[in-house]
Amino acid sequence: MTTIAHHLPALQVIVPMLTAPLVMLLKPAGLARAAAIAASLFAFAIAIAMTMGVLDGHIYTYRMGSWPAPYGIELAVDRFSVLVLLIVTGASSFALLAGQRSVDADISHDRQPLFYSAWLLALAGLSGIPVSADAFNIFVFMEISSLASYVLIAGGSNRRALPAVFKYLIMGTIGATFYLIGIGLIYLMTGTLNLEDMAQRISGVEDVNPIIVAAGFVTVGLALKAAIFPLHVWLPNAYTYAPNTVTVFLAACGTKVSIYLLLRFDLAVFQGNLVEHAFHFAAFLMPLAVLGILVGSTVAMFEKDIKRLLAYSSIAQIGYILLGASLVTIAGLTASTLHIFNHALAKGTLFLAVACLATQCTGYRLSQLGGAAKKMPWTAGALVVSGFSLIGIPGTAGFISKWYLISAAYEQGSLGIALIVVLVISSLMAVVYIWRIVESIYFGEPTSDLSSVREAPIAMLVLTWAAALLNIYFGLVPELPVSLSSSAADILLGPTP
Amino acid sequence: MNVLGLFYYWVFAVLLMVGFYAVIAKPNYVKKLIGLSIFQAAVFLLYITMGKIEDGTAPIFQAAENVYSNPLPQVLILTAIVVGISTTALGLGIVVRIREEYGSIEETDIKERDRK
Repeated sequence: MTTIAHHLPALQVIVPMLTAPLVMLLKPAGLARAAAIAASLFAFAIAIAMTMGVLDGHIYTYRMGSWPAPYGIELAVDRFSVLVLLIVTGASSFALLAGQRSVDADISHDRQPLFYSAWLLALAGLSGIPVSADAFNIFVFMEISSLASYVLIAGGSNRRALPAVFKYLIMGTIGATFYLIGIGLIYLMTGTLNLEDMAQRISGVEDVNPIIVAAGFVTVGLALKAAIFPLHVWLPNAYTYAPNTVTVFLAACGTKVSIYLLLRFDLAVFQGNLVEHAFHFAAFLMPLAVLGILVGSTVAMFEKDIKRLLAYSSIAQIGYILLGASLVTIAGLTASTLHIFNHALAKGTLFLAVACLATQCTGYRLSQLGGAAKKMPWTAGALVVSGFSLIGIPGTAGFISKWYLISAAYEQGSLGIALIVVLVISSLMAVVYIWRIVESIYFGEPTSDLSSVREAPIAMLVLTWAAALLNIYFGLVPELPVSLSSSAADILLGPTP
Repeated sequence: MNVLGLFYYWVFAVLLMVGFYAVIAKPNYVKKLIGLSIFQAAVFLLYITMGKIEDGTAPIFQAAENVYSNPLPQVLILTAIVVGISTTALGLGIVVRIREEYGSIEETDIKERDRK
């Protein structure tokens, strides 16, 4: 194994983190943008390299400063981590490559270096969470990514972005602080912060009450960060009023990383050590998942603003991910982690298409988008393809994860049948809300003069269509995400007996 | 274990709730941020308390037998304090921007202005 390959987990974080201050100093906005894209693509390449490594059966571990674990900070990348890393770095690269026109519209040129710098910090933080194996280190990365994403969202031109960000800041900080209390209590009882070491030492703890309290704090704190219903109230406004490129990036991976951490903590650390943990985990999260699916889809059906509609749909989709996880079976977790990947793909593409629409249309209300498809057929086509993926039409990525989810639920007997009913109802609701978008852009009456409207810039279209085709590709050839997510399920639940 | 022996943990719990109450109940954005700071400071206290033992000194190796406190929680909390300050600073920055745009920092006023 070469030396560079050995350092990949550290480089994954260091490349965007060290480029961030550099980007801030680059004066012409174009230069800052180029540097940000280069760093993001480099990070994407590292994630792909590590994916190939773990598919060959390699597990990356890296000791920061050569201090042996559990004393030093350990970085560990396995098949679950690379799944999340691919989403984070991929979403960032797609959004940055496509976003020039969109960023120009939202952010003035002299502020753009700062914007790209915050972007790279968010990227560094979000990719640091899956890479790190140290609970406190993860907290720091979580706060780096959160603070940077507050800045990114506040960059929106609509003044309503500001109260939205403030709410996100308050709720995000409470979530992170809850997580901090949780790991504090675990540290109090075990004296370790290394996740793997933690899982082993908790089994030796006599008084488990603090651990149970810690599990509660960690779960609720991360549920806040992951926008799990009913802790989702920060999400719709934050996604709606953020600049479009930021929405693409954060909608694809912002909450997914918190769900990754939630699953890793609850299943890999607590599951084996607490009596009846699986039951409590399921009893807490399954009702929330079902409610999230139903409420999110219902609100999305009646929403008039396209970005807000898709944000509420995200809440429903987070519900799907949780529903799979709350079954606490290998099949359920495979479906859940697979849906993390596929939903990121579908929602990222949808928001890219919205960003394309926004370059030409006057607003985000469905009525203001009326008839846009006549002038922007390519954008509308990508929107339809990714909408199909969100609904779960066969042949798209969304179908694969819904299929896995339904088969996982079916194993559960009568409870599973009830869950399948919920899944089918909410898929029909998804048909309704995606249809409302399709109806307005294809058949809606234009409210304003459409003569000046033309197709979105070619770079944006190419990237949007590349993402849309990935939705179809992973719907027809799902081996890569399926193999990664079934290994992730094994990692979370321990090797199958 | 008596109640007084857990004095610092009680302070932690009380401070945590005081901060949390302020965040939820106060409509004024600056007061919310102050509540958030108290909320975070409570957690700092939790960490510092767990590292301290009676008669513990700094962890410097001496020939004579010595009892020392665990320095790691203090180091962790140094980092968490930095995070807390950054959060408060960013929050205050956003409040300034809200004041510029809306002319108010009361949640009720802003909701009313957004409804128009």
